[in-house]
Amino acid sequence: MKKSFLGLVAGTAALALTMTACGSSGSNTPAASGAATATSAADLGGLDKLVEAAKAEGELNVIALPHDWANYGEILDAFKKKYGLKINESNPEGSSQDEINAVKQLKGQTRAPDVVDLGGAFAISAATDGLLAPYKVATFGDIAATQKDPEGDWVNDYGGFISIGYDASKVTVPPTSFADLKKPEYKGKVALNGDPTKAGAAYAGVYAAALANGGSFDDIKPGVQYFADLKKSGNFIPVQSSAATVESGQTPITLDWDYLQAGYSAKLKGKVDWKVAVPTDGVYSNYYSQGINKSAPHPAAARLWQEFLFSDEGQNLFLKGLSRPVRLPKMTEAGTVDKALLAALPAVSGDVKFPTTAQDDAAKKIIADEWAKALG
Amino acid sequence: MSAPTGKGRTVRRWLILSLFGVYFLVPMLASVEFSLRDVNDTHSLVSWKKLLTEPGLFETLTTSLWVAFGTVALTLILMVPTVSWVHLRRPKLRKLVEGISLLPLVIPPIVLVNGVLVVFRDVPEVISGTPVILVLEYVILALPFTYRALDAGLTAIALPTLVEAARSLGASWPAVLLRVVVPNIRSAVFGAAFLNLALVMGEYTLASILLMDTFPVWTVSTGQSEAGVSVAVSLLSLLVVFLLLFVLSMVTGRRHRQVTAPIAPTPSRGHS
Amino acid sequence: MTANSITAEAGVVHPAPAAVPARPMPKRVAAWVTGHIGLLPFLAYTGIFLGAPVFMVVLGAFQDNDGVFTTDNITAAMSDQFGRSFVTSIELSALTAVLGAVFGAILAQAVLGTKPDGLVRKVVSSASGVLANFGGVPLAFAFIATLGSIGIVTKALTALGLDIYAGGFSLFAFTGIAIVYVYFQIPLMVIVFTPSLEGMREQWREAAENLGATKWQYWRHIAGPVLLPPFMASLLLLFANAFSAYATAYALTTGVVPLVPIQIGSLVSGNVVADQQNLGKALGLGMIVVVAIVMSIYNWMQRRTSRWLG
Repeated sequence: MKKSFLGLVAGTAALALTMTACGSSGSNTPAASGAATATSAADLGGLDKLVEAAKAEGELNVIALPHDWANYGEILDAFKKKYGLKINESNPEGSSQDEINAVKQLKGQTRAPDVVDLGGAFAISAATDGLLAPYKVATFGDIAATQKDPEGDWVNDYGGFISIGYDASKVTVPPTSFADLKKPEYKGKVALNGDPTKAGAAYAGVYAAALANGGSFDDIKPGVQYFADLKKSGNFIPVQSSAATVESGQTPITLDWDYLQAGYSAKLKGKVDWKVAVPTDGVYSNYYSQGINKSAPHPAAARLWQEFLFSDEGQNLFLKGLSRPVRLPKMTEAGTVDKALLAALPAVSGDVKFPTTAQDDAAKKIIADEWAKALG
Repeated sequence: MSAPTGKGRTVRRWLILSLFGVYFLVPMLASVEFSLRDVNDTHSLVSWKKLLTEPGLFETLTTSLWVAFGTVALTLILMVPTVSWVHLRRPKLRKLVEGISLLPLVIPPIVLVNGVLVVFRDVPEVISGTPVILVLEYVILALPFTYRALDAGLTAIALPTLVEAARSLGASWPAVLLRVVVPNIRSAVFGAAFLNLALVMGEYTLASILLMDTFPVWTVSTGQSEAGVSVAVSLLSLLVVFLLLFVLSMVTGRRHRQVTAPIAPTPSRGHS
Repeated sequence: MTANSITAEAGVVHPAPAAVPARPMPKRVAAWVTGHIGLLPFLAYTGIFLGAPVFMVVLGAFQDNDGVFTTDNITAAMSDQFGRSFVTSIELSALTAVLGAVFGAILAQAVLGTKPDGLVRKVVSSASGVLANFGGVPLAFAFIATLGSIGIVTKALTALGLDIYAGGFSLFAFTGIAIVYVYFQIPLMVIVFTPSLEGMREQWREAAENLGATKWQYWRHIAGPVLLPPFMASLLLLFANAFSAYATAYALTTGVVPLVPIQIGSLVSGNVVADQQNLGKALGLGMIVVVAIVMSIYNWMQRRTSRWLG
C-alpha cells in the first residue's frame, strides 16, 4: 500500500537523519501475561494476581481526567497511594471525543490511554468501533442492566444532572429554566461545556434543552434548534466553560453537570459567587462510562483501575465529588455508603430515566449532522 | 534631516510611539494585575506560587527545550551545508532552494499536520510517538527564515575567496564549513537559531494535534482549569522570550540587524 | 530580503536548473545526481517531511474513506457551514491585515526616526519578534485578562458607564478575535515593512526638497509610489498569516468559532460518527489554494519592489 510505503521511507530516512535523540519515553511495558484478554480478575487468578500484574507494569495512562471533576484528583491520588503505580495523565481537559481519538491515533504506542471515561453516547460508539476491551469488575452484578454493556465493554461509573450554574454577582436575576435563558438580559452569557459533537457534558446540555422544548429521548432536534435560536439572539457564546472560564468571568452562565458546578462553587469561593439551579423545564441526568482500551499498553493496571473505581472506596470517592456513583442504590442498601457524603447530595425530584442505547445512537447522529449547520 | 520641521516631527514621533507603547503595554499590565488576583478582590502572589507546583510545568518545559535544541541542531546540520554548497558550487540553484524553503509559508500548519498524521501513521514509535516527529517537522516550519538568514549571511561575506584560501591551505570540506564558514556567518546562525527557538517554544498547532505534551499545549490545557495560573505562565513565557531576543540584539548589535532584516518577510508560524 | 539577494550572480531570475546537454539517459541521470549532490539531503528531507504530507492532503481531498476517487469532499468544503467559514476566515484575515498594515507602517516609520542603535529600536524590534512569532496562546490569555468580561479594561469601562458586553461586544466572537489578531499583526508589519522604509534614500527627499516639492508632493509622487508595492506585499503576508492562524482562536474559545483552521482541527480530531478526515483535507486544500494565490501576488509585488529598493 502506498501509505505504508511512504511511511516506511519516511521512517527510515527520519531515523537516519535524526541525530537529536529527544527525550524519548524509555518506558518499556512488560507484556503482562494474559491481562490483555482477561475479562475479569478471576481470569488472572484473583484480585491479588491482578494487583501483582499491575505492579509489574508499574504504570497507568489516563486521559481527560480533570482533578476538579467528580473528585478525580483525590481518586487518582488514592489509587497511586494504594497500589504504588505511576499515573501518567494526559490532556486533562480533553473531551470524550479527544479520548476516543487518542485511543485510535496512539494505537500500539506506549503512551496510549489505558482507560477512558466517556460520556454515555461516546462509550457506545467506541464499543461499536471495537475500541474497548470487555471486562467485568467484581461488583459488576450490582449494576443495573441498563447501565452497562452486557459484556462489560463499558460500564456506567458515576452520573449527575444537567444544571444551570451562574455567577450571582453578575447575573442578578437567577435563571431557573431553559426558557429563562432566552431572555435578553442573558445576552452574551450562556455557555456549554464544549462542543456537543465532541463533549459528553455539552451533548447532555443539548439533550436537556430538547426535553425542555417539546423534544424527547427520541427527538433531540428541538435542543439543536434551541441553541441555534440562542446563538441568533446572541445569548449563546461559543466558549467551552471550565473552572478557568468561570473564574475569569468568560462564562457567567453555564449548562453543565451539577457535580462540576458544585465543584466550581467550592473551588472559587471568595472569587466568584457561583450558584447552581436544576432547570425546572428540562431535567436530564446521565452517567459517564468507564472503558478499557482494547490495545492498552498496561492492560493489568487498566483492569485494576476499574476494580478500584467500582469498589466501595472508589464509589464513595465519586460521591465525595458530589456526583452519583452507579452503585449508590446497592451501597445504600448494604450500608457501605458514606452517609455524611450522601446527605450532602442535593435531593432529586421525580424518577430518573435515561435514553436507551438506540436512542443515544440516533441522537448522536443528529447532533453530528445538524449541530455545525445550525450553529455555524 | 531637514531642520525646519525637525522639532515638530520629533514631538509627533514620540506621541505616536507613546500611543503604541500604551496599546501594547495595556494587555501586559492587565495580565500582571489578573495574575495577582486573589479572593474577595484582594491581590496576592497565590497564582505565581501555584504555578511552581502545577503538575506538568517542568516536564513540558523540558520537552519543549529538548525539541527546541533538536530543531536548532538539525536545522543547522541540514541547512548550513546545503546553502553553502549552493553558494559555492551552483549559484544557479539558489532560486530552487529558495523556492522550496519558502513553501512552508503557503502550507498552513494545520494543513501540514493533517498530512503528517497520514504519512507517519505507521512509522516506528520512536518517531511518531515521541517529540522526534515535532523536531522533524519544526525544521520544515522554520525553513523560510532559516534559509533567508543563512542566505543573507553567506551573501554578505566573500565566501569563494575564504573557501579557496582555506582549501589551498589543505583544509578538508568539513573543516572548511566548521572553522571558516560558520564563524563568518555567526550572527546569521544565531539569528536563525533564535527564531527557531521562539517558534518551538510557541508552536501549538502541530503539538496539540499530534497529542504531544509540550509547553504551549500545557499552557492551554492549564488555562482551562486555572485562569490565574495560565495568565501568569503566559506572561512569564512572553517575558523570557523577549529578554532572550533583547539580549541577543544587544550582543550582536548592528551586525545582527543586517542579518535579521532579510529574515523579515517571513512570518513564523509560532502563533498559528 | 531582496536587498541582499541583489548581488552579482543572483540578481537575474534564473529558469529552472538547465539540463545537461543531450546524453544517454542513465548517464544524464548520473550527471544530474553528481551535479546536485550537495542538494540531495535537502531535497530528500523536504520531500519527506513537507512534500509527502502535502501530497497526502491533496490526494485525500479527492478520496472517500475507502480511497475511491470522489469530488464530494470538495463540494462539501465549499457548501454550507464550511463555505461560510471560508468567508468568515477571509473577512477576518482581510480586516486584520489592513488594520495591522496601516498601524504597523505608522509605527515602523516612527521608530525609524529614532537613533539607529537606540534603546527604542532594540525594544521595538525585540518585542516585535516576540509578539509576531510567539504570540498565540499567551496573547489569548493576556486579552482575557484585558477585555474578557472581568478584564481590567472591561471593568474600567463599566465603571465609566460603558458596559461593552451589554453593548453586544464579545472577546470570543468576530470583533474580539480581530482585536487580538491585530495585536500580533502590527508587530509582524513592523518586521516586514521596516527594511523597505530603510531602503528609502534620504537623497530622494533632499532632491525633492531642493526642487521645491512640498511634503505632500514628495509622498504623492516619490515615496508613495515606491512604497506602495512593498506595502501591498506586506499586507498580503499579513493576510496569509492571519488566515492560517490556529492557536489564538483556539485558545480564546477552545475551538468553537467558524474559522477554517479551527474547522479542520475539529475534523482531524475525529468529529463523532462520520469519519470526515478527508473533508478536513479538502478544507486544507482550499486553504492552500487561497494562500498560494495570495503569496503569488506577494511574490510579484516583491519583484516590483526590488527594482526600486535594491
